[in-house]
Amino acid sequence: MIEFPDISPALAELLLAIAAMVLLLVGVVRGDKSTGAVLWLSVAALAVATWIVWSDADTSAITFSGLFVADRFASFAKILVLLGSALALVLSLEFLERERLERPEFPVLVVLATLGMMIMIAANDLLSLYVGLELQSLSLYVLAAFHRDSEKSTESGLKYFVLGALASGILLYGSTLVYGFTGSTSFTGIAGVLATHEERSMGVLFGLAFVSAGLAFKVAAVPFHMWTPDVYEGAPTPVTAFFSLAPKVAALALFMRVMLGPFGGIADDWVGIIGLLAAASMVLGALAAIGQTNIKRLMAYSSIGHVGYALMGLAAHSPLGVRGTLVYLAIYLAMNMGAWGVILSMRRSDGTLVENVDDLAGMARTRPFLAAAMAIFMFSLAGVPPLAGFFGKFYVFFAAVDAGLYLLAVIGVLATVVGSYYYLRVVKVMYFDEPAPGFVQPAGATSAVIAVTALFTLLFFLFPAPFVAEAHLASLALFP
Amino acid sequence: MLIQFIVFYVFAAIVVGSAFMVIASRNPVHSVLFLILAFFNAAGLFVLAGAEFLAMTLVIVYVGAVAVLFLFVVMMLDINFVRLRQGFMHYLPLGAMLGAVLLVELLLVVGALVVAPEVETLAAPMPPVEQQSNTHALGQLLYTRYMYLFQVAGMILLVAMIGAIVLTFRVRTGVRRQSIAAQVARTRADAVEIKKVVSGAGVTEGI
Repeated sequence: MIEFPDISPALAELLLAIAAMVLLLVGVVRGDKSTGAVLWLSVAALAVATWIVWSDADTSAITFSGLFVADRFASFAKILVLLGSALALVLSLEFLERERLERPEFPVLVVLATLGMMIMIAANDLLSLYVGLELQSLSLYVLAAFHRDSEKSTESGLKYFVLGALASGILLYGSTLVYGFTGSTSFTGIAGVLATHEERSMGVLFGLAFVSAGLAFKVAAVPFHMWTPDVYEGAPTPVTAFFSLAPKVAALALFMRVMLGPFGGIADDWVGIIGLLAAASMVLGALAAIGQTNIKRLMAYSSIGHVGYALMGLAAHSPLGVRGTLVYLAIYLAMNMGAWGVILSMRRSDGTLVENVDDLAGMARTRPFLAAAMAIFMFSLAGVPPLAGFFGKFYVFFAAVDAGLYLLAVIGVLATVVGSYYYLRVVKVMYFDEPAPGFVQPAGATSAVIAVTALFTLLFFLFPAPFVAEAHLASLALFP
Repeated sequence: MLIQFIVFYVFAAIVVGSAFMVIASRNPVHSVLFLILAFFNAAGLFVLAGAEFLAMTLVIVYVGAVAVLFLFVVMMLDINFVRLRQGFMHYLPLGAMLGAVLLVELLLVVGALVVAPEVETLAAPMPPVEQQSNTHALGQLLYTRYMYLFQVAGMILLVAMIGAIVLTFRVRTGVRRQSIAAQVARTRADAVEIKKVVSGAGVTEGI
């Protein structure tokens, strides 16, 4: 007989699951008018979950018969995901009200997607990896198509669904190969089998390749990025803001755990693959974004590039590399969410939300603070010191050089230089072009998010030490 | 033993044959019917392998629900399957090439097959059929060891349900619905009005 498992390491997940169900009931009973209340309650639930994860960040436990793991690494990634989801929810309220999309299912689906991401981060088994991924992906498909009367939104939902289902299938096929050739689905078990056998079977390698392809699709790394620009452009803007952060953090955390945990012993076999993914993502992210006129597509290519930098830390397969990736993601959270806050504030006085780079023209004169914040985010995304984005890149480049991946680091630096062009073009349009009609005052919550993230991005250089120390402790959890 | 072999090959041949016919047949209704045949024979294979619970689930869930649902969809949606096939020849060379590459790769995998010795012990966590029935064994795994996954699967189904409702449900206005409570609560006083009509004067009100 198996005893009842210890559920205390999964308290935050339980809270989110129960909160989602209760809020769904509230939404169903109170109708569409309750959207605002449900949204703020969801933010509160995410905040409480963050606090729970924070308060026992240093526990390290494996529970649910080895399916679930809680350690410092998981806590760090979970806090990023929870903050990202909460910020995206806060940013979405004004949009939902103005676009008449007020339905209480929206925040509930975001909470359920967040739950899926936390399950992914805490996965210690191929099975929990898959169910977490599916819970997250299914919620995201629905969110992408949430504006169901808009052709673009339904198209983006459908594209995301079809390609995502294919990626899930590939991942699942890889998992079966790994299970078939090692006899275990648990990460610990796989690592044990791979460690005891000198001779590597082709089957495991094929399984590894399929699993990495599936995960690379989920993080939108080149060459599995095709869906990103279309989905980002078509989905409702706050959903895109949500897509660009939390799911990527979760999938990257999962990627790191899978590669460094069960397959850590055969790192030589996958470092090349990950390095190639990272290099291709950085280069394509830098080059393809140059010609974009739609700012949502521009941000999509930018996010592909940033995933490349984050993957560079994984390619280094060292505690330094994981630390670099974690710091990178934390900084990316702030600057990316802030930039999306500004994009969500691009609303003309007739109520339409515009999304072209040219629409930002002369914003420095019509909305100087918004323009200043956007300039901070753009400089930071480009990696200009002393803004936060520079530190993110610094730590991953440092790790790559430390691991001897000089070529990858050089490609990364070159891609950064090329990529600066389109970030700086946005700044140029805002500051030097003839003003377009101005934007309306953004809602208080949106302004607050923009202000906080801008301050964080601007002042990060004063206090990087506690972040890096925390990320360092988290990275050690993957290298026992 | 011989009978078992014969039965296995008969079932397996029918599964492969009908699976091929699912793709090949021109009439989509025939495709679905072949799919049902494939499911039935796969269930037979499961019974041969001693997995009677899976066999019954396959028949009940896939034949009873999924395939019938397919049949409904195929018959109710007027999909022009001839037009869907139009690009087939166009994409055939590329598809065949990719398929061939994958096949060669998979054959390489099978050729280099090295199975870890632990697999034998790790892959057989279930006691033999004589000691424990399939249903019992599955239940024991699903509700104890994999309780976590079972619960998360429940959340996934919840998301699927929310998604279906969010994306398709519309509140229609101007639809006359039957309200049984209102019908039952109607009294004679609400429905009937008695007018005294003076003969020859006609009725002027309430018509």
